[in-house]
Amino acid sequence: MTDTPKIRLRDVRKAFGSKVVLDGVDLDVRARHGMVVLGGSGSGKSVTIKCVLGLIRPDSGLIEIDGRDVSAMTDRQRTEIMDRTGMLFQNGALFDSLPVWENVCFKLLAQKRISRAKARDKAAEILAQVGLAPSVGDLSPAELSGGMQKRVALARAIAAEPDILFLDEPTTGLDPIMGAVIDGLIVDCVKRLGATTVAITHDMASARRIGDDAAMIHKGKIIWNGPAATLGQTGNPMVDQFARGEREGPIQMELRK
Amino acid sequence: MINPLDALAATGRSVIGVCRYTGEISIFAGNGLSNVLRPPVFWRMLWQSFVEIAFFSLPVVALTAVFTGMVLALQSYTGFSRFNAESATAAVVVLSITRELGPVLAALMVAGRIGASFAAEIGTMRVTDQIDALTTLSTDPMKYLVTPRLVAGTLAMPLLVVVADVLGVMGGWLIATAKLGFGSGAYLVSTMDTLKTEDVVSGLVKAAVFGFVVTLMGCWHGYRSKGGAQGVGQATTSAVVSASILILALDYVLTEMFFAR
Repeated sequence: MTDTPKIRLRDVRKAFGSKVVLDGVDLDVRARHGMVVLGGSGSGKSVTIKCVLGLIRPDSGLIEIDGRDVSAMTDRQRTEIMDRTGMLFQNGALFDSLPVWENVCFKLLAQKRISRAKARDKAAEILAQVGLAPSVGDLSPAELSGGMQKRVALARAIAAEPDILFLDEPTTGLDPIMGAVIDGLIVDCVKRLGATTVAITHDMASARRIGDDAAMIHKGKIIWNGPAATLGQTGNPMVDQFARGEREGPIQMELRK
Repeated sequence: MINPLDALAATGRSVIGVCRYTGEISIFAGNGLSNVLRPPVFWRMLWQSFVEIAFFSLPVVALTAVFTGMVLALQSYTGFSRFNAESATAAVVVLSITRELGPVLAALMVAGRIGASFAAEIGTMRVTDQIDALTTLSTDPMKYLVTPRLVAGTLAMPLLVVVADVLGVMGGWLIATAKLGFGSGAYLVSTMDTLKTEDVVSGLVKAAVFGFVVTLMGCWHGYRSKGGAQGVGQATTSAVVSASILILALDYVLTEMFFAR
């Protein structure tokens, strides 16, 4: 048993021009646990996750995965990390030039872990895990509803049985029932794969369903972290205001009057 | 009162901007080309891009070449008849088509069709996170999206220009024989007597360069697009405009290299 967190961020900073997005983020994600990062729109949640994935280079700070500094990795080492990682993008980011089955098995095909002949059957198997019929595999992503696109995106994220699963607002834009369905699928997949998950959301119901731990980011800093089950009764007025969706409180929206 | 230093500063900023732009494109092109030597090679993407450029651009390139050959024969005959030099019509048509008009007009047509299409497709992928998704799926977006298109463009354009050359000359022949009173055999003999290997080769080298430039501009502007639909629209426009200008500028440079004495 080791205490080394699966993912560790220390004093991570990122600015776009004069706009400071991450202002010294510190965060530990425990292995085989679900971490939910909460925060309002524009608080830096997506930038945090993209920094961990290497899609955005932070200005300074330390990001470690399994105790290894991501910024010091070679391209090959970074690819090895990506091989063990799955990502569900907020808008699905499905490849609209490819049919659903090829989207789902894209990583397996790219890594040559499967032949194209076998990929269709494999895709059907993974689609079944997210509650979709095999016939969906032959459709184009543009022919799917929002909920189905999310499920296909989840199928693609879990297809290569990742060690770490990143979820960017997995239930945004879905009705509450479909949101609960997607959350259930995520929890089932994570239990089955034994993966570590990092989800970013501002949907509190979703956060409680898929998170073991939670952290809240506000103005580029982590202002609280603790058990997801305590959201709403954390004792931190900012987190509690956010969790309850209250208009009055220490977090004031920057509205032009 | 205009401060001369302000004007100087503005000029300096423009020069720095051009240098930066040129440097960024050069690095992008170098990165794209260096992937040719580094596996994996995405053969399916290469083939799809090749078919898209070489096969689906064929109608527009063919029509352009035929009508250009026809107009060229007509204009040459009309102009040369003032000096009793109508017999030079076949020579002017074949040299103009193979050296200049074949590669340049085919490239401009392909810039409008393929440059715009690549910029829009890659730009849409950029603004919808599909390029980031490729990275998370252990796939280098440059290798998957850019390198196959650059290679396909460089290989496909010369083939299109061969077709354009043949059809352009045939367009001239059609007008010369049907309207201008030339004998069919005499026109073709005059065409073949005039044509030298270097005329065709120079045109094909130009075609390969233009094919690379068109696909590079499409990929570059698409890859850097941002800001949603408006950004993709701007990327598409920029791809076509910059490719067209570069084609005309490089045409002069290459002509100078091949034919300046």
